[in-house]
Amino acid sequence: MKILMFGWEFPPHITGGLGTACYGLTKGLMKHNQEVVFIVPKAYGDETKDVRIINASDVNIDLRNKAFSEYWNQLKYIEIDSILVPYADDEEFYRITRKYEHHSEENESVFSTNYKFSGKYGKNLMEEVKRYALVAAQLAVTQDHDIIHAHDWLTYEAGIAAKKVSGKPLVVHMHATEFDRSGETVNQVVYDIERRGMMAADRVITVSNLTRDIVIDKYGIAPAKVITVHNAVEPADKSEYFGAKKYVKEKVVTFLGRITFQKGPEYFVEAANKILKRDNNVRFVMAGSGDMLNRMIRRVAELKIADKFHFTGFLKGGEVDHMFALSDVYVMPSVSEPFGISPLEAMRSNVPVIISKQSGVSEVLHHALKVDFWDIDALADSIWGLTHYNGLSKMFISLGKEEVDNMKWDNAALKIINVYKSLI
Amino acid sequence: MKSICFYFQVHQPYRLKKYRFFDIGKDHHYYDDYQNEFIARRVADKCYLPMNQLLMDAINEFGSMFKVSFSISGTALDQFEQYTPEVIDSFRRLAQSGSVEFLSETYTHSLSALKSKDEFSKQVKKHQQRVFDLFGVKPTTFRNTELIYSDEIGAMVAEMGFNTMLTEGAKHILGWKSPNYLYTNAINPKLKLLLKNFQLSDDIAFRFSQQSWNSWPLTTEKFVGWLNEIDQKEEVVNLFMDYETFGEHQWPETGIFDFMRALPEKVMSNSNFTFNTPSELSSQLQAIAPIHVPYPISWADEERDLTAWLGNELQDEAFDKLYALEDKVKKCDDYQMIKDWEYLQTSDHFYYMCTKWFSDGDVHKYFNPYGTPYDAFINYMNVLSDFIIRVEDCYSKLKPVSKSKSSKIDKVLNAESNKKVNPNTKKYINKSYRFTDLESIPKQKLKALLSGIDIETLVLALHKTDANIKDRILSNISTKALKEYEKLEEEMTNIVSKTKNNARRRILNKLKKL
Repeated sequence: MKILMFGWEFPPHITGGLGTACYGLTKGLMKHNQEVVFIVPKAYGDETKDVRIINASDVNIDLRNKAFSEYWNQLKYIEIDSILVPYADDEEFYRITRKYEHHSEENESVFSTNYKFSGKYGKNLMEEVKRYALVAAQLAVTQDHDIIHAHDWLTYEAGIAAKKVSGKPLVVHMHATEFDRSGETVNQVVYDIERRGMMAADRVITVSNLTRDIVIDKYGIAPAKVITVHNAVEPADKSEYFGAKKYVKEKVVTFLGRITFQKGPEYFVEAANKILKRDNNVRFVMAGSGDMLNRMIRRVAELKIADKFHFTGFLKGGEVDHMFALSDVYVMPSVSEPFGISPLEAMRSNVPVIISKQSGVSEVLHHALKVDFWDIDALADSIWGLTHYNGLSKMFISLGKEEVDNMKWDNAALKIINVYKSLI
Repeated sequence: MKSICFYFQVHQPYRLKKYRFFDIGKDHHYYDDYQNEFIARRVADKCYLPMNQLLMDAINEFGSMFKVSFSISGTALDQFEQYTPEVIDSFRRLAQSGSVEFLSETYTHSLSALKSKDEFSKQVKKHQQRVFDLFGVKPTTFRNTELIYSDEIGAMVAEMGFNTMLTEGAKHILGWKSPNYLYTNAINPKLKLLLKNFQLSDDIAFRFSQQSWNSWPLTTEKFVGWLNEIDQKEEVVNLFMDYETFGEHQWPETGIFDFMRALPEKVMSNSNFTFNTPSELSSQLQAIAPIHVPYPISWADEERDLTAWLGNELQDEAFDKLYALEDKVKKCDDYQMIKDWEYLQTSDHFYYMCTKWFSDGDVHKYFNPYGTPYDAFINYMNVLSDFIIRVEDCYSKLKPVSKSKSSKIDKVLNAESNKKVNPNTKKYINKSYRFTDLESIPKQKLKALLSGIDIETLVLALHKTDANIKDRILSNISTKALKEYEKLEEEMTNIVSKTKNNARRRILNKLKKL
C-alpha cells in the first residue's frame, strides 16, 4: 500500500510526543513493507533517510488552478486572533515569532508559488494550516497513493483537501484532543477543525480508549469508525549516559515534562513534601519548563524543601537520557494525558514509573504503579514504596523493561494496516 | 564648625556560576571565575584605581584637612588580591596617608547579624584582622552589611569593643529628628551612631546624572550651597555611598570625577565645613540622644528595611537552609568548607532573589546577573544542595567521636583499674599538668577526658577562666552538653575560688590517669 501521510514535525525537530510517535509508526509501517510518503511543513534536511520525507515548503502550487482557489476561499473562514503555541516554551516562542517578523514580507510573494513553512506552533499557525492544505491538494495529484493518513488537527485540513482531490480513503489520527490541551476552556476554532477532520475521515484512530471516549462523547463521532491503537516506543539504543555515574547518594524521583496544568506538577510537589517530611534521603527533580514553573518554585520554597527538590529547566535531547539515567523513580501525575510516551521511555531506561490513571498509557502498562492524579497520599505512598522497598523497584525495573520492549511499533503498525485494509 | 563625613562602601560578591542539578555531588567549585575576574578588572579600571588616585591627590593637596573613610568587604579584598593586586596597593597608599579611616564589617558582606551572634562576631573579627594585615590599622568603627542596624545589633557591636557605628538616617526611625547629629545606641549608650544623610548622599550617588531631576546638573556650587543651608546648630553631614558610584554607576562622562575633584576645595573655601572620619567625630562630638530602632533598618530601597534580601518565600528558604548548617560547618572545621560557607552568606545572593520589581526593580535589575529571581533561587539552591552534601559527609565522619562517648568512659575506667596492675603507668601519672595545658593537649585526648567529666565540674572549673581555654573545651563537647553547660552556668553565679580550684584539680587528676 502507498500511504500519503501528513505530519507536523519529525525527529530530530520535535517539541512534543507527536513527532516521536509519527516516526515510530512510520518505521513500523515500513517494516511491514508499506510505502510511506511523509509530508512535513518544513524539513530540515537532517531527518532520517529511512523515511521518504517531503518538505511542504518545496512544493509548488499553481494558484491559477481553479481547484486551489476554490479551496482557498473555502478555507478563508478559519481566522483566529490568538497565537496558539501549544507546545513551544517561552524561548522557542520568541525565536519563532521573531523569525516570523523577518519572514512576513517574503510570505506574500511566495503565495503564488511555494510557501516557506516554519513547521512550528507559531504565530501564523492558522495561516500555515491553510496553506498546508493547499500543498496537500497538490500532492494528492502528483503522488500516487492508496490511503491518506493525517496526524492531529494541524494536518486535518490537509487530509481533507487531499481526499477531495484524489478520492482516496482518509484516516485521521487523534494524538490529543483540544480538551486535553486546554481543559474545559476549549478553543472553538481548533475544536471545529478536529471535528471536521473526524467527520470527513473514513476512520479515526485514537491513541487510547480514554481519547476514544472523548472523541465519541464530546465530538459526537460514530463509535464504529473510531479505533484505538495504542502508541509504542522505539527500542532503546544505548545512550551515552547509560549507567552514568550518580553523584548524589539519595534516591532521585523525577518529573519530566512541560510544567503546565495538564501535567499535574503541583501534585508532584505536594507528594514530594509528604515524603520529605518523613525521610530526608530522597531527592526530587522537576525537569522542564512551562507556565506553572514559577508557581512551583515558590511553592517548593514555601514548603521549605528546596534543598531536596531541584529544578533543571528545559532539558534538551541527550540531557533527557542523562536525567533518566540518574533517576530511581519516574512520576507522571498528568491530569489528562491522551497517551504519554515518556513513562515508556523511562521504563526503557530501567526506571520504574508511577503514572496517573487519567493517562492513556495506563491502559496498556501493567508494571507501573497507577494512582489518581489528585490522590497525593497514594502518590506519596507509591513513591515511598519504590524508594524504600528494593524488592518492589527491582521487580518493576525488570518486568517493566520486558513489557516495554514488547510494546513495538511493529505491532501498532499491524493494527493500523488492518484499518487501512478495511477501507480499500 | 561643622563636619562632612565621607564613607565609601567597596564591595564585590563572589558571583556563582551556572550550577545545574547534574553538578550536585560532583562539582564543588561554585564561582564564576571568569565573570568575577572580568568585573573586578572592569571596576578596578573604571572606579577603584582612578578614584583612589583622585582622593590621593586631594590628600596630597590639602593634607589632614581632607579625610574620608572606607569599608572594604572581605570578598572584595580577596578578589583584589586574586585579580587586581594593584588596587590593594593603591588602598594601602591611602591608608599610609593617615587621612583615611578603614571601617570594619562582616567579612563576606553577610546578613549574619540577623541570624547568628557567633558567626557574626567571627566574621567581624576575621575582617578586622584582614584589614589590619593589609593596611596596618585596626578598625574601631563598625558598619554592618547594607547599613543594617537595630538596637540589638548595635548592642552586639558595642559588646565586641566598637565605639562607633554607621547606619541609615531612615525617616521612619528619625521622625522629626535630624540625621545631622551624633546619636547613641538605645541599649548601650557607649556605642555612638552616625546616621546617613540620605538626601545629600543620594544626590551624589543616585541623582547625579538624572537629567529628569530638577537640580540637574549638580555642581559643587549648588552642593555647597545646600550644605550652607543646613541649620547652624547641626553638626555633621554623613555622606555614605557605594564607592562604585564613581565611574561605575555614574560614568566618567557624567562629570562625577570632576565634581569630586572640585568639591574639597569648594567646601573649604565657601563653607565652614571640615572633613572628618567617623572615629574623630565619635570622640569630638557630644551625642545628643539615644535612637530607638526595634526592627532592623538598612539603606536599601524606599522602605529602608530588609525586604530586598529577606521576606519572600525564596529568600527565606535559602537563608534558613544556609544557616541551619552553621553548627555542623563549625564542627567540621575544614578550611575550604568554611570559606564556601562564608562566601555563600554574601547578601547579594539573596538580593538576586528579590521579587520587588515594581518600586525599586530597576536598581535590582542592574545588579542582577540572573534573568529572574527564580533563576537566582534555583541556581543558589543547587549550589547549596551540593554544599549540604559536603557538610553532611564531613559531619557524619566526625560523629563517631562524640557518639562513642560511653566507650571512652570505659577506657578511662579501664585505665584506672589497670594502673594498679601495671607499674609502668606510674611514670605517666607523675607527669604533672596545669590547667592551661588543656588548651594544647591533643584533641582526641581532650575529648576522652571531657567524656568522663560531669557538667557541673566543668562549669565550676571554667568559671572566669581564660577565653581560649573555655573555647577549646566547649567546642569539644556535644551540643547537648553545651546546652546543659550554658544553663548551669547561668544558674551558678556565686562560685568561690576554692570550689573552682577543687574542680580544676579533679579534672587534672582525670587527665593524669588517661
